Amino acid sequence: MASHPGILGSPISALGRTVIVMNRELGRVVIFFLKGLILIFSFPFQFSRIIRQIYFIGMKSIFVICLTAAFTGMVLGLQGYYSLVKFGSEGLLGAAVALSLIRELGPVMTAIMIIGRAGSAIAAEIGIMRISEQIDALETMDISPIRFLVSPRIAAAVISFPLLTALFDVVGIGGGYLTGSGLLGISPGIYFSRVESSVLMQDITGGFIKSIVFAVVVATICCYQGYYTHLRTKGFGAEGVSFSTTSAVVISSVLILITDYVLTSFLL
Amino acid sequence: MIRFKNVSKKLGNLQVLKDTNLDIHEGQVTTLIGKSGEGKSVLLKHIIGLMTPDSGQILFRGRALSEMNRRERRDLKKRFSYMFQNNALFDSMTVFENISLPLKEGQHMKEAEIADRVHQKMAQLDLSDIDGKYPSQLSGGMKKRVALARALVTDPEIVLFDEPTTGLDPIRKNAVHSMISDYQRRFRFTAVVVSHEIPDIFYISQRIAMLQDGAIIFQGTPEEIQKSRDPQIQQFIRGLEARHDNLTGISPQTQGIKRFREAMARLQRHDVTFSVIIFTVENIDEINEKAGHLFGQTILKNFATELQRSLRITDSCSRFGLNKIMAVLPNTDGNGAQMTCAKLARQTRIQEILQEASQPGFCLSVTAGFAEVKKETSLEEVLKTAQSSQNALCEFRIC
Repeated sequence: MASHPGILGSPISALGRTVIVMNRELGRVVIFFLKGLILIFSFPFQFSRIIRQIYFIGMKSIFVICLTAAFTGMVLGLQGYYSLVKFGSEGLLGAAVALSLIRELGPVMTAIMIIGRAGSAIAAEIGIMRISEQIDALETMDISPIRFLVSPRIAAAVISFPLLTALFDVVGIGGGYLTGSGLLGISPGIYFSRVESSVLMQDITGGFIKSIVFAVVVATICCYQGYYTHLRTKGFGAEGVSFSTTSAVVISSVLILITDYVLTSFLL
Repeated sequence: MIRFKNVSKKLGNLQVLKDTNLDIHEGQVTTLIGKSGEGKSVLLKHIIGLMTPDSGQILFRGRALSEMNRRERRDLKKRFSYMFQNNALFDSMTVFENISLPLKEGQHMKEAEIADRVHQKMAQLDLSDIDGKYPSQLSGGMKKRVALARALVTDPEIVLFDEPTTGLDPIRKNAVHSMISDYQRRFRFTAVVVSHEIPDIFYISQRIAMLQDGAIIFQGTPEEIQKSRDPQIQQFIRGLEARHDNLTGISPQTQGIKRFREAMARLQRHDVTFSVIIFTVENIDEINEKAGHLFGQTILKNFATELQRSLRITDSCSRFGLNKIMAVLPNTDGNGAQMTCAKLARQTRIQEILQEASQPGFCLSVTAGFAEVKKETSLEEVLKTAQSSQNALCEFRIC
C-alpha cells in the first residue's frame, strides 16, 4: 500500500488530499440527498411511512421542544428585562423576545433539540440496519434502500421542523411573558402589543425558511452517517455505529450553526 | 444458467476471488463448500449484484450482467431471492411485515392476496400464530424459518442460501435441508447454498463446488467429490464429517461406504457373504406437508433408532440420503434379510416412532430393497440393485 509522507513531510499534498476527500464526501452527500428527495415523489407514494416518521420526528419531540422553548423564553425574558431596564425601555421586552425567537433561536434550538432526540436515533437505526445486512436484504428484494429509509425521513423532517419551530416560538413567547409580566411586572398588554407590532411577516417567513433548510441538513446528514457506517475507516460493527451516531450529531449541529449564519446574512 | 468467468475480487488488501470459474445449472441445488473466510458469501453476493467483480464476467443465460442496463438488472433481481447467514430480518417489523415486505414493495398485489400468500407460506413452514411477534421474540430456528419464508414468498426462480443452518440444532438443521430440498423439487427453482454441513448437504445437492484460496478447485456431483483423490478436498471433507450423523445418531454415508468396503474385503479374502438393505421412508413428503419438516425429521430420527435396535450387533447402519438408510448385514442371505424386514414391520409401532400416545393421522410407509453382494461388485451396482423394483424385499406401513 502506498504510504503518504503526512502533514509534516509534505503539507501541500496533505492539504490537497484533504480537499479531495472533502470534495468527494460533499459530492456523495449531495447525490444522496438528491436521490432521497426525488424518490419521495416516486410511485407508490409512501404515505404511511412518512406519517410514521412525522410521528417519530415531530410528535414525539413536542414535549422536549415545549420544555426547552418555555425555559428559553423565560431566560430571554429575564436577561432582556435587566438589559432593557438600564435604558428605560423594558416595554420593548415583548419585541426583543419575539424577534430573537422567531428569527434565530426558534429554528436553531428546535433543530439542535431534534438532532439530539431524533437525529441520533435515525443514524443509529440505519447504522444497525447496515451492519446487520438489513439494507443489503432490501437491495436483494429490489427495494431501493434510499427510497425506503431516507426519503420518508427527509419528507417527515421537512414537514415537522417548521411546525415544531412555530410551536417553539409560541411557547417561548409565552415563557417570556411569564417572567416579564408574571415576575417582573410588565403589563401583559404592552408585552403582547410589542410582540404584534414588531414581528413582520418577513421575520416569520425567514424563520420558516431556516427551519426547512435545517430539516434537510439534519435528515440528510443523520441518514447519510448511518447509511455509510460500513465505509468508515475506523470502527467496525457496533463501534462503527457509535462513531456514526456521534458524527451525525456533531456534523449536523455544526452545520446548523454555519448554515444559520449564511442564511441570516442572506435574509437580513 | 449462471456462469462465473475468471472473476476476481479484492476487498481492501485481500484478494478474495482469483480467476474464479463456476457453473450453476438450472433447476439444481448447487452447494458451495470451503473453509471459513474463503469468500463463499462474497461469491454469492456477486450473483445477486450486491458486489461487482473487479475483473472477469458473470453470465446469466449467456448474457454478461455487466452488459445489462438498469431495467434488465432490476428485472433479473426480481427473479432472485437471498437468504442471509444471520437472517437479516427487519427487527423493527413484525414477522408478518417481514414476510410480506417483498410482495408489498415489489409486486402489485392486493392486501388480501398478500395476506393469503404470507399465511400460506407461514403455515408451510410451521410459523402459524406468530404474525405479530418481532424477530427478537423468536428462537434461532424460528428466525431461520421466517427468513426462509421471506425468501420463498415471491416464488423466485433462483434462491441463494448463505449458510442457512448456522446456529441450529441437528434436527432443525436437517429440517431446513429437507425444506430446501422439498421446495426446490416442488417449485423447481435453482438453489445455490453455502454450507459447511457435510455430509448432510450432499443428500440434497445435485452439484458441489469447492472454493479454496479464491478459486473453485472442484465442481461436480456429491458422488464425484467423495471419490476425489485430491488430498485438499479429502482433508476438508473428512475434517468436517462427523463420526455419527447428528440427526439419526447412526453413521453418515461415508462411514457406510467404509463398512461396505470392509465387508467386501472379508468376502474376497474369507468368503464371508454379506447383503445390503436400503430402507426408504416413502411418504416423507406427505409427513412434511401434514406435520411440518421438523416433525418429518424427528420421525426419521426415531425410525433410525428403532431400526438400529432391531438389527444384530454385527450389522451396521448408515444414513444414505434424506429419507434413506443403508444397512450392511454380514452372513445374511435373502431369507435372513426378509426375516429382519418382517420383524421390523411386526414390532414397530407408530407410537414408538412418534414417542407419544396419540395417533398422528398418518402412517409411516417404508420400503426395503435388498441386494446380496457378490465378489467384484461395485457399491454403485449394489445400490442400484437394492433400489430396483425386482429386488424389493418388503413393504410395510407403521401405523
